[in-house]
Amino acid sequence: MDIRSQISMVFHLDKCIGCHTCSIACKNIWTDRKGTEYMWWNNVETKPGTGFPTRWEDQDKYKGGWEVVKGELELRSTNKTKTITNIFHNPNMPTLDDYYEPWTYKYKDLFDSPEGDDQPTARPISMVTGEEMDIEAGPNWDDDLAGSPIYAENDINLDGLSEEQREQMFAIERLMMFYFPRICNHCLNPSCVASCPSGALYKRGEDGIVLLDQEECRAWRSCIPACPYKKTYFNWNTGKSEKCILCFPRVETGQAPACFHSCVGRIRYLGVLLYDAKKIEETAKFPDEELVDAQREMILDPFDENVIREAKKNGIADSTIEAAQKSPVYKFVKEWGLALPPHIEYRTLPMLFYVPPMLPVMSAQEGDSVRNVNEEFFPDFDKARAPIKYLAKMFGGGNESHLRYVLKKQSAIRAYRRAETVGDIEKIDADKALLEADCTAAEAEGIYQLTSLCTFEDRFVIPAAHREEAIEMMKDPLEHKQETGFGFRDEPERGW
Amino acid sequence: MNMLQNYLDTFFFALFPYVTLFAFFVITIQRYRSKSFTYSSLSSQFLENRQHFWGLVPFHYGIIAVLTAHFVWFLVPGTVLWWNSIPARLYVMEIAMFIFGLMTLVGLINIVSRRKTNVRARIVTSPADWWVLGILTFQVITGILTAYFHRWGSSWFAASLAPYLWSVFKLSPDLSYVSAMPITIKLHVVGAFSIILLFPYTRLVHILVLPNPYLWRKPQLVRWNWNRRKIRTPNASFKAKNNN
Ligand code: HEM
Ligand code: SF4
Ligand code: SF4
Repeated sequence: MDIRSQISMVFHLDKCIGCHTCSIACKNIWTDRKGTEYMWWNNVETKPGTGFPTRWEDQDKYKGGWEVVKGELELRSTNKTKTITNIFHNPNMPTLDDYYEPWTYKYKDLFDSPEGDDQPTARPISMVTGEEMDIEAGPNWDDDLAGSPIYAENDINLDGLSEEQREQMFAIERLMMFYFPRICNHCLNPSCVASCPSGALYKRGEDGIVLLDQEECRAWRSCIPACPYKKTYFNWNTGKSEKCILCFPRVETGQAPACFHSCVGRIRYLGVLLYDAKKIEETAKFPDEELVDAQREMILDPFDENVIREAKKNGIADSTIEAAQKSPVYKFVKEWGLALPPHIEYRTLPMLFYVPPMLPVMSAQEGDSVRNVNEEFFPDFDKARAPIKYLAKMFGGGNESHLRYVLKKQSAIRAYRRAETVGDIEKIDADKALLEADCTAAEAEGIYQLTSLCTFEDRFVIPAAHREEAIEMMKDPLEHKQETGFGFRDEPERGW
Repeated sequence: MNMLQNYLDTFFFALFPYVTLFAFFVITIQRYRSKSFTYSSLSSQFLENRQHFWGLVPFHYGIIAVLTAHFVWFLVPGTVLWWNSIPARLYVMEIAMFIFGLMTLVGLINIVSRRKTNVRARIVTSPADWWVLGILTFQVITGILTAYFHRWGSSWFAASLAPYLWSVFKLSPDLSYVSAMPITIKLHVVGAFSIILLFPYTRLVHILVLPNPYLWRKPQLVRWNWNRRKIRTPNASFKAKNNN
């Protein structure tokens, strides 16, 4: 065993209200510099939809992630030979138009225009070229357009759905949508890292955050196609790629990342997972349908004596082990089995997990009235508005059983709580529902608490960074403390 | 006239090379040490993707082949002369190099026209880029003209230019090899030293950071800010960057 600790995340999709506060919080801190305007390290998509950049899930086009070729893991976009032949021109490189051309408005015209018959307008101008432009797309252009033929019907996850299922999804009275906020998954088997010819990308040993060293990036741009989630971005101004840093300066000082902190729906959870790094490669090779289970298998029980011993042997701090025991992510992913990785079939082993949406209201219009068509506690998920197959493609590596399990458990908990608070469901039925959903009353209570009544401290369990120990190795920590805050750094100035 | 030519020859072939080489070594290293952030290929593919292919690909394949050939001629002139002693081999080498030269030129024309016509590409084009593209075009054209008008360059390069270059490196420049050369060849030599001069001040430094370690490293990289396993062994020294 080679136990490492990973800061991991859970997003509860039923709670996301699609307000984009997270995106703005991130943008204001990290990506409002020249060359980064188009980047959204955190973005929120409407599903079904095409996402950002457009159709990022289409790996035939972008060649992101890994595939298993003759029993070996290989990057889809590159390898040692292709690194040489494609370095001058990368055939899978997305361009600005796959994202959008960022713009602002000529507000000055509102004040400076000469007097005339018409109101002055502020024309949009490109933040790349500075020229006037027609706005044709934006980072959330498909927001709330779940029924539209341009966006929703081009969702790649609909491939493989039967005609009937598709029709179901797009029948007006059954239209459904949910929000899908995305950041870098800080993967265990990151394809961005494996693709970088310069070795500029790396995973931090202590907490698993994946970073891109700005000093070492040379704009070979391999990581851009290689990340299947399109979460490395190219800064066209500095000639360096950039990516989500999980707000590590905040995390190291015990604060939640900005998108987590600001999340209005409180959908975001952050905590430590302990995992066995020896198993990464073998896990990433499992067949698609078994990947979710295999990844869960890597995640270790932080209460297990043996695990604790091995973790300590590996230098993991006691405070980190303690944080792992309190980790909300551990509960959602491992204890309750409620949170699933996005598109695990890309085999990067993402460490951001999603509680899939229930989209529960299964009502239908009859004449003038809307009636609940489901009298059961367990709605027939096969008739649900989001076809299970669709959700399984996003969150189950195609394996529908995980989705059934999660949805069943979630609805059982709702029945259970309804029996407690409203009382129009018999206790005995609620208990039966729990039993069938592989859930105990205590577990249901835990899930309910952490979903509905969670405080900051419940949602974000951030281990101490223990920087002082690193410093101690080099010099007296007190001396270091007196020195920090001084010194010079290079400006990130474009090369010549 | 002869006096003037003497002065010019002395300046361009005995003095100028040292200026350029000095700048090359001192500034390049200095820049790497103090401003390594600026070492980048400054790719503009993200902004324009189509013409990019027809410029960058032929240019690079062409220039890398031609440059490699020049290095070989310079380093092992004897072997080159031996190779060329059979005319068929000489023709193959000459024709191949001529084609690579033309590829370079085609690529350069595309690169220049792309940077001229595409608004987005123009935004990321600096004066230094124009200097580089200008001098490279000059160099490729004089190179192609030389190849065409003064045939079998690989042979006479080995016989007279290589010794001159060696004499420069041995710090006793021997002008007798070059002073009688035709003007195109002289221009080509001066162009070469100008490129060396521009090198540290432009994006050409990207050639030095070519990513060879990728070919033998493991795919995944982990860096420990501090390795607590080592922290617990008091004798181990600390290494800030520890790839594993
Ligand atoms: C040794 C291996 C080399 C590699 C890996 C390499 C790679 C690259 C890359 C990735 C770019 C950026 C392309 C883009 O815009 O996307 C570039 C641009 C460029 N390279 Fe190289 N290069 C190499 C050798 C050379 C050599 C030998 C020269 C010339 C002496 C050269 C001259 C240039 C120039 C002038 C550009 C800018 C082209 C433009 O204006 O768009 N490169 N190179
Ligand atoms: S999501 Fe993409 S950028 Fe983030 S670690 Fe995974 S492969 Fe790398
Ligand atoms: S802030 Fe939270 S609720 Fe709002 S869009 Fe982002 S993830 Fe969803």
